[in-house]
Amino acid sequence: MAVLTLLEAINQALDQKMAEDQRVVVFGEDTGFEGGVFRVTAGLQKKYGVDRVFDTPIAEAAITGSAIGMAINGLLPVAEIQFDGFMFPGYTEMVTHMARYRNRSRGRHGLPIVVRFPVGGGIRALEHHSESVETLLGHIPGLKVVIPSTPYDAKGLLISAIEDPDPVIFMEPKRIYRSGKQEVPEDMYRIPIGKAKVVKEGKDVTVVAWGAIVREVEKAMKLLEGENIDIELIDLRTISPIDEETIINSVKKTGRFVVVQEAVKSYGPGSELITLVNEKAFLHLEAAPARVTGFDITVPLPRGEHYHFVQPERIAAEIKKVAKF
Amino acid sequence: MLFKDYDPLKKKQLQILDPKGKIVKADLEPKLDKETLLKMYKTMALGRVADIKALQYQRQGRMLTYPPNKGQEAAQVGAMAALEPQDWLSPAFRELNAMLYRGVNLEQIYLYWYGNEWGNHFDESIRVLPVNVIIGSQINHGAGLAYASKVLKKNEVTIATIGDGGTSHGEFYEGLNFASTYNAPLVVVIQNNQYAISTPRAKATKAETLAQKAVAFGIPGIQVDGNDVLAMYVATKAAVDYAREGNGPVLIEAVTYRLGAHTTSDDPTIYRKDEEVKEWEAKDPLIRFKKYLLDKGYWTDEEDQKLEEENNAYVGETFKKVEKSGEADLLDIFKYTYKEMTPQLEEQYNYMKNFLSEKEGK
Repeated sequence: MAVLTLLEAINQALDQKMAEDQRVVVFGEDTGFEGGVFRVTAGLQKKYGVDRVFDTPIAEAAITGSAIGMAINGLLPVAEIQFDGFMFPGYTEMVTHMARYRNRSRGRHGLPIVVRFPVGGGIRALEHHSESVETLLGHIPGLKVVIPSTPYDAKGLLISAIEDPDPVIFMEPKRIYRSGKQEVPEDMYRIPIGKAKVVKEGKDVTVVAWGAIVREVEKAMKLLEGENIDIELIDLRTISPIDEETIINSVKKTGRFVVVQEAVKSYGPGSELITLVNEKAFLHLEAAPARVTGFDITVPLPRGEHYHFVQPERIAAEIKKVAKF
Repeated sequence: MLFKDYDPLKKKQLQILDPKGKIVKADLEPKLDKETLLKMYKTMALGRVADIKALQYQRQGRMLTYPPNKGQEAAQVGAMAALEPQDWLSPAFRELNAMLYRGVNLEQIYLYWYGNEWGNHFDESIRVLPVNVIIGSQINHGAGLAYASKVLKKNEVTIATIGDGGTSHGEFYEGLNFASTYNAPLVVVIQNNQYAISTPRAKATKAETLAQKAVAFGIPGIQVDGNDVLAMYVATKAAVDYAREGNGPVLIEAVTYRLGAHTTSDDPTIYRKDEEVKEWEAKDPLIRFKKYLLDKGYWTDEEDQKLEEENNAYVGETFKKVEKSGEADLLDIFKYTYKEMTPQLEEQYNYMKNFLSEKEGK
């Protein structure tokens, strides 16, 4: 079995879907000839031609808006936005049309579209290159929002996303594009959208994270070795729709809940998950649910960003507090 | 040839049929058969009645917000007559006549403005996208439709329509630039009805014409008398042929006038003078087209009288049907968010269903 990075696994998923289905087209800024600024789409244009893998003008609303027309007229568009913070000019089309088209046409036009882009901080980048925007997408009815944390999940989730009859926002944690490899089967396989993964079972406290932050929680768990806290770690994998069942069952077992997100604190998925726990597992709780998050500030430039990002030490401290309450 | 003669930088406007119904450009008079000409006229006549009645229904409190089309019938029907059945329309929202010509039935159009999304669910055979309320975005959707036609080698052209106000929007430029870059078969028809709600065209751009914006995209553009259905047909047919042959987009500016309000919530007397409206009433697209058909011996005043009576009856019956449709089903508002309802939506739907049935039980 090949050992791949997360980036290579995404490339393989795109490659295999393009080979299998002529309707799949891949496009975005520098996505074609160059293979994208991160080289996620490297080699695809050479293999599938300039009609199916192409560079677009720098116009994100044209990327997301034209994807709508393409999907209606028989293509399976996989659109790339170059960076999380560049999403906003294309966000208008995602929110006002992509998410609504099936409903607006009462089922006449479903939109099988994938919009991919790198998310999150940790690469010491410029402003607008380190954003965690899952709240802004998870909040929109009609969109599905996915974020993998491993190469294996990345491939399986992306194949599911391309095959999904509805628009899927596929967020790629750029910090771990190339850090860490994993065995990834050559075959095409699917990981269902809307299903979280129990990374490690435990009985004392439920910790939920997603994307690059799953690894930060794992580091925190190492720091907590010897503290006698049996942590159940859940990788959410899908921001919307949330896998309520997996989370609620876990909290009913552990009675304690911590959610970790890199995004700013207020109105985030963490708030949503804690509300869910309060609504559906309140009588099982033995401590107030807690969240470890970024702060309600603009993502700082590299000289200050380390304060904002959730570090393993901060995660460990919060888990300990909740576990020992 | 047409696009060379009417290069927007030459400041010419294509007119074939003048406001009095006289052919002023005989060499360009289209050779349309009687059947097609009558289909065009009858659509415009039905559109006119349906438009006026929609306004009346709204004033009676029976119809919701509605955007009147009166005066823009030729700009819409002339353009649509240039399309083949397999071609696409990516519309804005003031498109009653265009939709009728493309085969959308009036009942659905009314149903939409009556407040029900089913009015946007067209038959598979009808290649018209739903009403698009957000300004400008339909150009990008059209660019995508056209791009797909190109790469899937389908013999299709897309017309995307937009108002003069919409040409201020970024998506107008993004979409046209995108389609032009790939030579995608897209024709954009600007219905320049002179006002973006209350803001006159001259306050929205310093450009002398909207057609000249084509120059910057590297595509042909043409300004047309939008109240002349023959000129609209000829310009659009040339544009559609050009796009279908793989040459890329064309931009058409139809110079027309919205004789009514922006929507039923608008009062145009605040921002424009009666004299201006009267001036445009004399350029009414229906008057001149009818004269043309009478002169050709394709139509009579008696037939016209009869048609108006039929249209009045048909529109009245259609609206009654729509009024009987009542409120939406609860399931309807949940069911189409995704192909399959998510567990969350199932739960929310069941909660509301139970809440309503308990309320009724009391």
